[in-house]
Amino acid sequence: MTKKFEEFPTWKEMPVGLVVFAPPVNGPNPHYKTGTFRTLRPVTDPAKCNKDGLCWLYCPDSCRSSDAETLFAVNLDYCKGCGVCAEVCPTKAISMINELEFKE
Amino acid sequence: MKRVGLSGNYAVAYAAKMADVDVIAAYPITPQTTIVEKLSEFVANGELEAEYINVESEHSALSACVGASLTGARVFTATSSQGLAYMHEVLFMASGLRTPIVMANVNRALSAPLNIWNDHSDAMAERDAGWIQLWTTSAQEAFDATLEAFKIAEEVLLPVMVNLDGFILSHTYEPVILPDESLVKEFVPSKPMVNRVSPKFAYSIGVVGPPEIYYEMKYQVVDAIENSRKKIKEVNKEFCSRFGREYRFVDAYMMEDAEYALVTMGALTGTARAVANGLRKEGERVGVVSIRCFRPFPKEDIVSILEDAKGVGVMDRALTPGGPSNPLFAEIATALYDITRRPLLQSFVAGLGGRDVTADDFKAMFGLVKDVVKEGRPRPCVYVGLRE
Repeated sequence: MTKKFEEFPTWKEMPVGLVVFAPPVNGPNPHYKTGTFRTLRPVTDPAKCNKDGLCWLYCPDSCRSSDAETLFAVNLDYCKGCGVCAEVCPTKAISMINELEFKE
Repeated sequence: MKRVGLSGNYAVAYAAKMADVDVIAAYPITPQTTIVEKLSEFVANGELEAEYINVESEHSALSACVGASLTGARVFTATSSQGLAYMHEVLFMASGLRTPIVMANVNRALSAPLNIWNDHSDAMAERDAGWIQLWTTSAQEAFDATLEAFKIAEEVLLPVMVNLDGFILSHTYEPVILPDESLVKEFVPSKPMVNRVSPKFAYSIGVVGPPEIYYEMKYQVVDAIENSRKKIKEVNKEFCSRFGREYRFVDAYMMEDAEYALVTMGALTGTARAVANGLRKEGERVGVVSIRCFRPFPKEDIVSILEDAKGVGVMDRALTPGGPSNPLFAEIATALYDITRRPLLQSFVAGLGGRDVTADDFKAMFGLVKDVVKEGRPRPCVYVGLRE
């Protein structure tokens, strides 16, 4: 993820006037993953989830899938563990689990 | 084409109008005020279709200009002295973001003590801001330089500051030849510039440049202003072919065989030339060198014009307290450092805060340059007209 100094563009390769183009994808920036400082991970209990999608709707980083079949799967490359999804869930299906309890 | 009586400020306002600017954001300050006053009149009368943004400060004025310029608009502002100083941090953003803003700076002394009169301390304090700086010596030159500025700025994507001396030029009425608007439009056509804040694209502007990025970005400005020399030369040439007035980076007056010369900037050049004329009649081989383009600095022209002179006086109208020399002298000395046979340089300071510099003062300066050549070494900086 971290670029080596030699990999940065030369002054000729850089865009004029500090203009930075968005990456040409419809979604999160694949070059800039921001979930590294997360301490709590949201985990959904399938037995409690009523698939209302509030977690997907409220996620401030849009890092939840809109697919109800995956229980609105979290993209852990971007989730910061803020806990908004757990807070808004009406059935309390989402628990925030300490990252140290996960192997990966 | 018509010949009209205009003040230096009105000449600049007419140039901005004829260049059909899209956005004007400015805050009034003496002696600049009548430029934006006239432009607001043009907008109010429907003679100029432009967005005229009234702002609460010069800092906001230039900030608004940067934003407007990023949308691809042709942008103009004007200021003086404290106003330019208040724009200081935004000046560097304008060049770093490569916004082709044109600004008239009506030169005025910096406070304290409060002083509304003319010297060059405002512009000299901003010489490292990455702006192209043009200097003018008449209302006609102010008009012409403003027109050229739009073309230069938009070609090289750098902001251009057109300097004219407060009151001496800004409020003095002179005959000015105004070209037909159609000819001006051919010279500076409204071309669609890139809209860098279009919602059609996802861009980030004004981002953080960490240590891995900042250096390269700043070098882009260095490269752009170095390359602007070529473009300025081309614009001067095209201006001459269309309007018949020829401009160079440096105006050399009677320098072909000159032994002694005085380097000046701005409106006092006229007095220096008149004095040089008189001295020539007395058999003195004197000339006057006036810098029209201060940034990029015309090092090569300075070398070729001055290398054969015996003595050169440099007249600064700004101070560098505690420095080894004052700003213009430092530039001239640096330009001549690399050549083996160089003229003896004498530093002068004159005309601070609007103090008159008379023909007798210029005569004395020429005389002193001749004296120090005889003595073989320059004297410490001479503060012309200072009560001691």
